[in-house]
Amino acid sequence: MARLVITDVNKCVGCMSCMFACSRRFGEGGLAKSAIHVSSIGGVERGYKVVVCRACEDPPCAAVCPTDALVKRPGGGVLLKAEKCIGCGNCARACPVGAVQWDLENNKPIICVHCGYCAEYCPYGVLQLVR
Amino acid sequence: MVDGLPRNVLYIDLSRKKYWVKDRHDLFEEYLGGTGVATKLLEEELPRGADPLGPDNVIVFAVGPFNAVYPTASKTVAMFKSPHTGNLGESHAGGRSAIAIRLAGYGAIVIKGASDLPVWVSVQEEKVFFRDARALWGMTSSHTVGRILREVEPGSGIRTIMRIGRAGEKLVTYANVITETYRHFGRLGLGAVFGSKKLKALVVSGKKSIQVSDRKLYREVYDEIYKLIVDSPLMKKYHEIGTPVNVNVLNALKALPSLNLQCSSLETAEKISGEYIAANYLGRRVSCAHCPVACIHLAVLREPYEEEPYFYKTTFVGYDYEPIYALGAMLGAKEAKSMLELIDLVDSLGLDAMTTGVVLAWATEAYSRGLVSENDLGGLKLSFGDYDSYKKAVQYLVEQPTELYRDLAKGLDYATRKWGGRGFALTFGGNEMAGYHTGPAAYANYAFGARHSHLDNAGYDLDQETIGRTLEPSELVRRLYEEESWRQVLTSLVLCLFARKVYRPEIVSKALRPLGVEMSVDDLYKLGKKIYREKYRLKLREGYKPEDVTFPKRIFETPTPHGHLSESYMEKVKEEYVKLIRQVVTEE
Repeated sequence: MARLVITDVNKCVGCMSCMFACSRRFGEGGLAKSAIHVSSIGGVERGYKVVVCRACEDPPCAAVCPTDALVKRPGGGVLLKAEKCIGCGNCARACPVGAVQWDLENNKPIICVHCGYCAEYCPYGVLQLVR
Repeated sequence: MVDGLPRNVLYIDLSRKKYWVKDRHDLFEEYLGGTGVATKLLEEELPRGADPLGPDNVIVFAVGPFNAVYPTASKTVAMFKSPHTGNLGESHAGGRSAIAIRLAGYGAIVIKGASDLPVWVSVQEEKVFFRDARALWGMTSSHTVGRILREVEPGSGIRTIMRIGRAGEKLVTYANVITETYRHFGRLGLGAVFGSKKLKALVVSGKKSIQVSDRKLYREVYDEIYKLIVDSPLMKKYHEIGTPVNVNVLNALKALPSLNLQCSSLETAEKISGEYIAANYLGRRVSCAHCPVACIHLAVLREPYEEEPYFYKTTFVGYDYEPIYALGAMLGAKEAKSMLELIDLVDSLGLDAMTTGVVLAWATEAYSRGLVSENDLGGLKLSFGDYDSYKKAVQYLVEQPTELYRDLAKGLDYATRKWGGRGFALTFGGNEMAGYHTGPAAYANYAFGARHSHLDNAGYDLDQETIGRTLEPSELVRRLYEEESWRQVLTSLVLCLFARKVYRPEIVSKALRPLGVEMSVDDLYKLGKKIYREKYRLKLREGYKPEDVTFPKRIFETPTPHGHLSESYMEKVKEEYVKLIRQVVTEE
């Protein structure tokens, strides 16, 4: 299965096109639904970090889900069964890279499904979908 | 009916430390956002004849329907009464400002009153916090203020941190507001208005969604625009060398104002050109939020400490064409390094780079002509190319140790009334000129554009397009009016003007459709003219007299790509412009 990778974070210019793309998957503007988070590493002159799901083979987020709302995805990462999710936030706290973003409007985690839509809008090839 | 227009306006009263939100969908429906809405909000809130540095002045930040929705819609419009010109102040900045304001849930933020003690204000979606800024007041560098606020405020990656430097605190009338360290509400003194309100910084963050009325169409139109942007020449031009690509271009055209416009090209231009800096100093390119172009160029300076071997400091300096023109060409820079150091210092003090450069260039010539003395200059013998003196001089503009610096801190229009030398003071309508000595349209632009900014109507573009021929004055004014009124639409959406060639009227009309807004190309043009009219009405209300605008002699002495400008021609241009402005404001 395909997964998203960061090829060279030094080429990130912080334009957030990927974050907007991720939210736009649902036909929305803004950033409320973005599974990606880009921020500077302490002033934009130092560069950026691009935080996105690494598609772990043994994902800690799934391990701590009390309702089995997160199930392992073939090829790494997880899938969210939203109807089971109680919004406890364990998954977000368990991810050591902070890659579980939070949908504050629905009180549910935003789980990257590695669709690669964001990569199509990264003008500098920082994000790529590999198979 | 669901539409994708902003609707909420956040009002903040610094005197009473109160805030409230009003649904102003009416304004966004009529004016879209940005410039249009800001003009109306300022008109509503600003008492007639208010003192720009008094508590009655009002600051409006406005975004529009394209912010956080379409790419390169990255700008916020600030409107206020300018302490620099005493009239309408309008300044635009990118960074993350527009995205943060929109996604905090607002179309505009109105700041009124004045605080009794220094504060910064933090807007986190529905909540607004007034924070004690006494410990930040008086801090040497605006960069440090940014660093501290980054640590103590939430919203890393999605927030804007607008702050002032010492210049704003000291009410220098061309103090700026810096956002995300390298972007500025540069012109017309918003920083001094912040300072007069004891407002050290404004932090805004939010992560809301924006609903559109046609999701499928939204994605389609987005893709079309995105492709146009990344495939357009603007992407290459602004991303590669960036705006400083203009240094060599204008120098070759003999349109680069140099040495206080005693010349229109500089012998050492190559050494301060975009190509040269990119090859020798470029360290990183970054972008405003939601802009794939990434035009922001940061130079790296590695500076040794003389007293300590193997001890270096590394400084990043944001550079663009305009600071290079003003703090480089106008001051006779011989190489890039000391010019970049000066740009960095001007930034850390929070001064508008353009006005600062033009002021220092005037002071240099005034000193050489004996109008001002070494004593007046605080012991400095200013001469073109002497950057050690300029570094001290910019600090004096803020510290104001002598009467001359106190006057220069109010700009050239003010200072030259007292000290003379108006003939070589490059100021128009109270604002110092931008870096284009391209011909008559540029000067008509500086003198009669609503912001006295080259971006009002890009007279410099018209000049370059018409080299070798002379337009009838009425034709020249008409062309500038058409351009400026169309730009009112772009800056109401609020787009970066670098993308103006992508966002043609047909595209704008199409892009509004998924947001539930039906406006034909003709409707858009009409709206642009209406906003232009409303802006000039407000300017006239606040005492602007286009009849009083004068051109300094210097612009007629130095040849342009159109040859020597003719005074009688420019008088005719002025007549036409005055006629236009007087007529436009009476239209219904």
